[in-house]
Parts: sequence; C-alpha cells; structure tokens
Amino acid sequence: MNGLQISYFEASARKRLSELVDAGSLVEFCPPEMRQTSPHLAMLDAPLAFDDGVVTGRASLSGHKVLVAAQEGRFNGGAVGEVHGAKIRGLLDRALSERPTAVLLLIDSGGVRLHEANAGLIAISEIMRAVLRVQAAGIPVFALVGGSCGAFGGMGIVTRLCTEVVMSEQGRLGLSGPEVIETVKGVEEFDSRDRALVWRITGGKLRRALGEATLLVDDLIPAFRTAAVSLIERYRAHPPVPADLDELLGVQAELTERSARFAAARDGREIWANTFAEASRVPEMTVAEFNIQLGEAA
Amino acid sequence: MNGETMFDRLFGAGAHALTTEGLFLCGTARIGAQDVAVVGTRDHAAIDGTIALRIAEAVLHVVRDDAAGGKPPRPIVFIADTQGQALSRHEELLGLNGYFAHIVRCVDLARRRGHRLLTVISGEAVSGGFLAYGLMADRICALPNSQVRVMDLRAMSRVTKISLERLEELAKRSPVFAPGAENYWRMGGIHEIWSEEGDWSECMATALSHAANSDDRAAIGLERGGRLLSAPTAQIVASS
Repeated sequence: MNGLQISYFEASARKRLSELVDAGSLVEFCPPEMRQTSPHLAMLDAPLAFDDGVVTGRASLSGHKVLVAAQEGRFNGGAVGEVHGAKIRGLLDRALSERPTAVLLLIDSGGVRLHEANAGLIAISEIMRAVLRVQAAGIPVFALVGGSCGAFGGMGIVTRLCTEVVMSEQGRLGLSGPEVIETVKGVEEFDSRDRALVWRITGGKLRRALGEATLLVDDLIPAFRTAAVSLIERYRAHPPVPADLDELLGVQAELTERSARFAAARDGREIWANTFAEASRVPEMTVAEFNIQLGEAA
Repeated sequence: MNGETMFDRLFGAGAHALTTEGLFLCGTARIGAQDVAVVGTRDHAAIDGTIALRIAEAVLHVVRDDAAGGKPPRPIVFIADTQGQALSRHEELLGLNGYFAHIVRCVDLARRRGHRLLTVISGEAVSGGFLAYGLMADRICALPNSQVRVMDLRAMSRVTKISLERLEELAKRSPVFAPGAENYWRMGGIHEIWSEEGDWSECMATALSHAANSDDRAAIGLERGGRLLSAPTAQIVASS
C-alpha cells in the first residue's frame, strides 16, 4: 500500500499515530494491556475500550522527541471521560518533567462524554490548565484536527489554547456541534444534515481564513506529519512564551473587530467574500491554491 | 434572591460597587479589608461572543490597572451564573470556542501575575459557560441551591438511549453524570458549598485565604471518594 494515500480522516487513532511519527518509535503509556477502562461506562452497560479511547505515548518525529495523545473518534465520538481525560492530563504533566520538543494532540472529539459528564467536564478544565502550564514552560503544544468527530465542546476550547492548530479541509472545529444547535434551536437555525453548510461553518477552510487554524493541510497523514515537523523546527529556535498583557489586548481588539465586521454573518461565504477575490471558488480550491490565495490576501 | 441582596451577603452592605450591562456584571468590592475585583454574569446568561469579550476585557483591565497603579494584584471574584454557551450558527461561525479560549488565556495571565481567583456559583453553572471562566479559578464555591451540570437527565436519556428511571436510580449511587453541585463537590470540581444560614462574607474571606494557584482538583476528588481514577491514571501516564 502506498503510504502517501492514507487519509487522515478515515484512519483510526492508532493508524494516524503510527504513520505520523518515525516508524516504530512509539512507546505507549498506560497501554490497552493495562485495561484502564471506564467503570462508569461499565455501570451503564455501555461498550468499553481498553485504552478508553485515547492513545498516549512518547515517540520521535524526524528525530525529535515528542509526547503524543491521539483520540479515537470511533469510540464514543472521542468523548472525554474520567480515565480518557486523566490520560491526556497525565501526558501534559509528563511533558513538564520529560521536556519533549513538543506535545502533539491529535484531537478527534465531540467534547464531554455524557455517560460520565461531570468527570469529563472537570477533566477538560484540568487539561486546559495543563496545556497552559506546558506552554508556560516553553514547550509548544500542537493540535492536529482532521478526524471525523472534529474538535468540539471543551476540546474545541482546548484546541484553541494550543500553540498551533493544524487542520485539514475535512477537519471541523467549534463549540456546539450542529446537531446540538438543531435539536435545541430548530432546523431553520442550523440544518445539521446540510453537509456543505456544516463545512462552511466549522470546516478547515473557514477556520483557516479566520486565523483559528494556523495551517491548512491535505487530508493525508504525511501532510500532517510534514506540518508537524515544520512547526517543531520553527519552535525549536523560538520556544513559546505565555501571552502577556499587550498580546492579549491585541487579541481582544482583533476579536472585537471580527464580531463587529461579521455582526450578522451566518455563513462561511460571508467570511470568504471578505478575504478572497474569487470567494465563490473557495470550496473547490485545492489546499495548495487556497493557501496561496490566503497568503496573497494577507 | 435578587442581585443586591446576594452581593450584600457576599461582601457586606455598602461594600460593593457593581454595574450590570445586560447579563454581564463587573465592579469592585471588599472582602474584609481587602479590595477585590468582581467579574461575572447573572440571570443564567447564555455566554455569547459579546459577553465573552466583556468578561475577557474586564479581567485584562484589572491586570492592567493594578500593574499601572503599582498596586499589589487584587483578587478577582468570578460570579458564575450561566446556562452554558449561546447556541447559534452565527456564534459558531465566528468561533465561539476561540472567544472562550481567549477568556481562559486572560484568566491565566491574571493568575500568573499573582491575582488570586475565586469563583462563586450563583444560580446555574453549565457546560461551556462554566468551563470558560468559573472552572478556571483557584477556588470554586457554590451558593446553596445552585445548579451545576452538563446536561439534565432527561436529555441524557434521549442521547444515550438509557431509560430515565435507570439513570435516576444510578444517580443515587454515583456522582459521575447526574446534575448537582454536591456531585461536583465529591469529584473535586467544586471546593466548597456554602449553607443558607452561613455568613457568606466570612466564607468569602476563608475561601480566598485557601485559594492556591496549583490545580488540586484531582487529589481532592480522590480524597472525597468521587473521582477515584483520575489522579492514579494521570500518575501512570505522567511517570510510568
């Protein structure tokens, strides 16, 4: 099989990881053999996973030591429960003592796991604080978003706390999923079955145009790998420093301006019209063409 | 309880100067002899981009003003009363998660600059609205009768296809999924629940003196028996 053809979107968490990092370099922490499963799912007679839906470990990436976590979207939508969340937080804690070149979070999650919602919500809050601690220690945290569940709920906030966010066009990023909004507010507010609309609201090209994703790549595992390697090289020379007052006042001004400029916007087309000369062609552009045009618009 | 009565009980009558702007509120108050800044929401606010920006801005201004005035960093009291994030296509389009992440970074800046952070849950604390700032504090306290949850059991039953009767039965034994400040207390997500009879301004002063800037919630959840796997699992991954 030609490795170049492997879709990130279609692959399992383990497949993504094994193709992303240097061959054979992954050492897993709290592996499935340890059977650290969720007692809360068991109590509700729901299916279990021996890794509770997330792989955590150490690997090398182009020779650099990295710590990695990969959520499995096929298990409970990658949702965060007590064990799942504790594994990610433990990995971030480990980064403080082990000092890898970077931490990679392969996020594929709808957010909190409802079967253990309280534990999941607290866990995500702990992950948020841990991501900030790791960055404050000068270690970059990169979010990779290209799976079928995207990055939603609290994991959508975690993603935006990361140093960089790499997305594919198929990746989705947001807070409330379209299904939730449709259920509560009605189909006229958000038709979750209109796939093109969903992608224009939450997808990689929209997020990249707004600057929420910092890199847009093809839906191929090697493309994510190349992006991660380039980020590692960049941050080796310039480790992240926590945001200071001036930087955050700048973000405040930027978001205030965004809210004012797009005060009535309800469709990604309105954002693209503001950025691209040929806005109507954005959905059909290749990633390479999109990136070139975005660069020219900047 | 209306806002004024509640703030009188929290800070003492005449010891607070708060302004409200829609569902957002901010201002200054005193806890004992200590000046504090107050930032929050009321009436079960659904947090949208506009409110998120007001919260973030208020935190940044406290940090800026204290630094500019050469004053010791004041504690910040977050009043959390939120039904969660606003549910709308417009908010999602603009990236409400990113607005929330901005609040989180501002709160983190305040912590790093030495501001102690205290949350008082009054009314409701739900999901994303709670994650955005209330859950980020050093010490999290709940007023009596406050509601804390991700989703009510009826909705959870629909989504998980588990009968409501079964969920209600299991919720008697486990704090892990059912709404309730008590459940969050057992899991370490809430440090204190205050009583109706208590002296809340005294509670405020004590809570503030206990506010530490390390994240101790997993250890507390273990100690209280509500979250037995979080701390040990994180430990396995952190040091195996």
